[in-house]
Amino acid sequence: MNQDSSLIEQIVERYDRDVGMLIPMMQDLQAECGYLPTDSLRALAKRLNVPLMRLYAVATFYASFRLAPKGAHEVSLCMGTVCYLKGSAGISQAICKEFKVAPSGTTADRLFTFTAVNCVGACALAPVMVVDGKYYDGVTSESALEILQGLGPAEQAAQADAKEAAE
Amino acid sequence: MIDAPARFASIADFEGFARSLRSQDRTGTRSVRLCMGTGCQAKGAARLYELFEEAIESASGRGRAGNIEVKPTGCHGLCQRSPIVVVEPAGIFYQQVEEPDVAEIFRETVLGGRAVPRLLYQDPESGRKLEAAEEIPFYKVQQRIVLSQNGRIDPTKITDYIAAGGYSALVKALTSMTPEEVIAEVEVAGLRGRGGGGFPTARKWRSCRSAAGGPKYVIGNGDEGDPGAYMDRSLMEGNPHSVIEGMLIGAYAIGSEKGYIYVRNEYPLAVKYLRTAISQAQEIGLLGENILGTSFSFDIQINRGGGAFVCGESTALMASLEGRPGEPRAKYVHTVESGLWGKPTNLNNVETWANIPHIINRGGKWFAGIGTEKSKGTKVFSLVGKIANSGLVEVPMGITLRRIIYEIGGGIRDGKKFKAVQTGGPSGGCIPAEHLDARVDYEELTNLGSMMGSGGLIVMDEDTCMVNIARYFTDFLLNESCGKCTPCREGLAQMRHILQGITKGDGQAGDVEKLQALAEILSGTALCALGATAANPVLSTIRYFRDEYDAHILDRRCPAKECRGLFIYQIDAEACKGCGICLKNCPVDAITGERKAPHVIDEQKCTRCGTCWEKCPFTAVLKV
Ligand SMILES: Cc1cc2nc3c(=O)[nH]c(=O)nc-3n(C[C@H](O)[C@H](O)[C@H](O)COP(=O)(O)O)c2cc1C
Ligand code: FES
Repeated sequence: MNQDSSLIEQIVERYDRDVGMLIPMMQDLQAECGYLPTDSLRALAKRLNVPLMRLYAVATFYASFRLAPKGAHEVSLCMGTVCYLKGSAGISQAICKEFKVAPSGTTADRLFTFTAVNCVGACALAPVMVVDGKYYDGVTSESALEILQGLGPAEQAAQADAKEAAE
Repeated sequence: MIDAPARFASIADFEGFARSLRSQDRTGTRSVRLCMGTGCQAKGAARLYELFEEAIESASGRGRAGNIEVKPTGCHGLCQRSPIVVVEPAGIFYQQVEEPDVAEIFRETVLGGRAVPRLLYQDPESGRKLEAAEEIPFYKVQQRIVLSQNGRIDPTKITDYIAAGGYSALVKALTSMTPEEVIAEVEVAGLRGRGGGGFPTARKWRSCRSAAGGPKYVIGNGDEGDPGAYMDRSLMEGNPHSVIEGMLIGAYAIGSEKGYIYVRNEYPLAVKYLRTAISQAQEIGLLGENILGTSFSFDIQINRGGGAFVCGESTALMASLEGRPGEPRAKYVHTVESGLWGKPTNLNNVETWANIPHIINRGGKWFAGIGTEKSKGTKVFSLVGKIANSGLVEVPMGITLRRIIYEIGGGIRDGKKFKAVQTGGPSGGCIPAEHLDARVDYEELTNLGSMMGSGGLIVMDEDTCMVNIARYFTDFLLNESCGKCTPCREGLAQMRHILQGITKGDGQAGDVEKLQALAEILSGTALCALGATAANPVLSTIRYFRDEYDAHILDRRCPAKECRGLFIYQIDAEACKGCGICLKNCPVDAITGERKAPHVIDEQKCTRCGTCWEKCPFTAVLKV
């Protein structure tokens, strides 16, 4: 909790306590925690002297905010027009079925959070899937499942290490 | 990092520095320009970069490197053939380069000055291998102004931009033009907004300049929400300083000291490069207080979006910048008078901004010489979909859709037939083959029931069901509707309900008329342009592809064979080799047949899941 309040303090100071910068503050908070923990939102609201409801309104309006922890990996499948034309709806179904996950949901074992996004701006490579920031082009149901099956806790550990090293 | 004084105290100091950069003797410099746009990075360009660096290092160890550099650049455009590598001074263009190719390119081309034919672009018609990008049909028909430096400069180096003439337009404006003269020049150019609406830029600037009150704000719209469009992304990633320079000139003309660039959440690389560019410009005094020692001050801040399409709309974007949910408001009062924080605010698309330095440098008359009577200059498009050469293109206004699709794009993929091209994103429409000779022009595209939009050109072939595309966009907009006004929130839900019924085979006579009635209500009563234009995809497909709607509704048949249940699968007895793969994979045991003899599908049992069609190695399963 103590660590949490100093994090909020840092973030708030980064933007000169400017309530207009609420969205960047929440983006930074999510970047730190992976999602928006209720306690942190409460602390942030108090620190900025705005009703918690206002933060909640922002958190639920924008698709990129998450109120629950995410999985070890982040998987986005593009559902933009071009990817859709080239079959991304079928790929999404295949992933949801295989891993028993719903769009914007996280697998039960917390392996990955799956989001269907509108267009990742790499339309020439459609259909596109992005896993932890790495772009995969021309994916099919088979190749997508293969990539996701390859995601392992080992990698997860390595990733956590790398993150620590970066910090 | 920058080999320059910490901050230029005067315009003369900056000009001296710029002159020295621009007149640098580069004879003997060999340079490898490597595309590091998102597309090429997806195909491993970062690794290629490392390999080229290693090659240079080891060559210099042997005393052979001389002046060799490898330059990471933004998108070159021909994303279909990524990763792309260009070797200077000869300008030899390599495509689909893989890791093992690096050594050969380095030895043969960089050191030896010879081309590696295997990696060159082959003209599909003549079969000739083409060495230079300019010879390739994809590039030949284009006219690159906004993208002129994309793929040439390193977007993370301000010196590269300055060496290519960057910030000379700002200097020109500050030293020899009054703010009114800047606006007049943009007016002569006839520049119109590239973000979709096509509003005359000079008129917007003038209203904002003369609006009462302050401070005034200028904003770059880099939200690029249209699915299928990545022009703005490539521009921000490939040449961020051109957007910044345009905004500086605009701020000078309007009388603003504070700017924002609002970038889409899904574009992390664009955010990174813009941030770098801004801090470099601040470092040498091109942003901040008293720019180049003048009385003009201006700074830019980057804000990231939150993944909401409606935030591209001007009033929603400003609400988002104020830290609120991005809900639009009615525009009885224009944002140029009361925008961000209730102050006069000028919003332009980032491509609009990037045109400004060229207009100031080369004159409004020159710009107005390109294009049609009412649409001037060039437009950047992302040409994607079922097209042979997907990529980023820049063409003069007035060029026909046919030339873009066939000469630049190389026609439809896999020998299929063209059906429609979708322009204008979710607010746009589908233009059919009979209008392929329409010109790229704001009015002409609007008259066809579509619009210029921000620049997505999505090509569709005979396998695309137009009713399903209308359903797709309606679905998209319903998801993205902010829910504030009833016609948009409820009207779209009704339209989707009807369209879903049609694509599932439950269509009713009269559905099309209902859709048209709903469309009329939407366009007349929605609060913002999202709702007001939301019916365009539906209306344009009804207008040009009414027969497809009728086939779904009256005959329960999907002519494109895309809507599940509205066509059946059959096995072509001649093509079937009796391998048994379909039989093994069918989840409902609807397929029978002996090994090595043609198989059959039991139509009663078949659930039309399409597994057999996907699995058949001989394409013997047909949709009929
Ligand atoms: C729903 C909706 C989404 C929009 N999205 C964008 C966008 O992503 N980028 C953009 O530049 N303009 C977008 N616009 C247009 C803007 O409202 C605005 O007209 C434009 O940014 C003004 O700049 P311009 O005059 O330079 O085109 C959108 C409009 C609507 C109604
Ligand atoms: S539509 Fe998928 S990347 Fe653009």
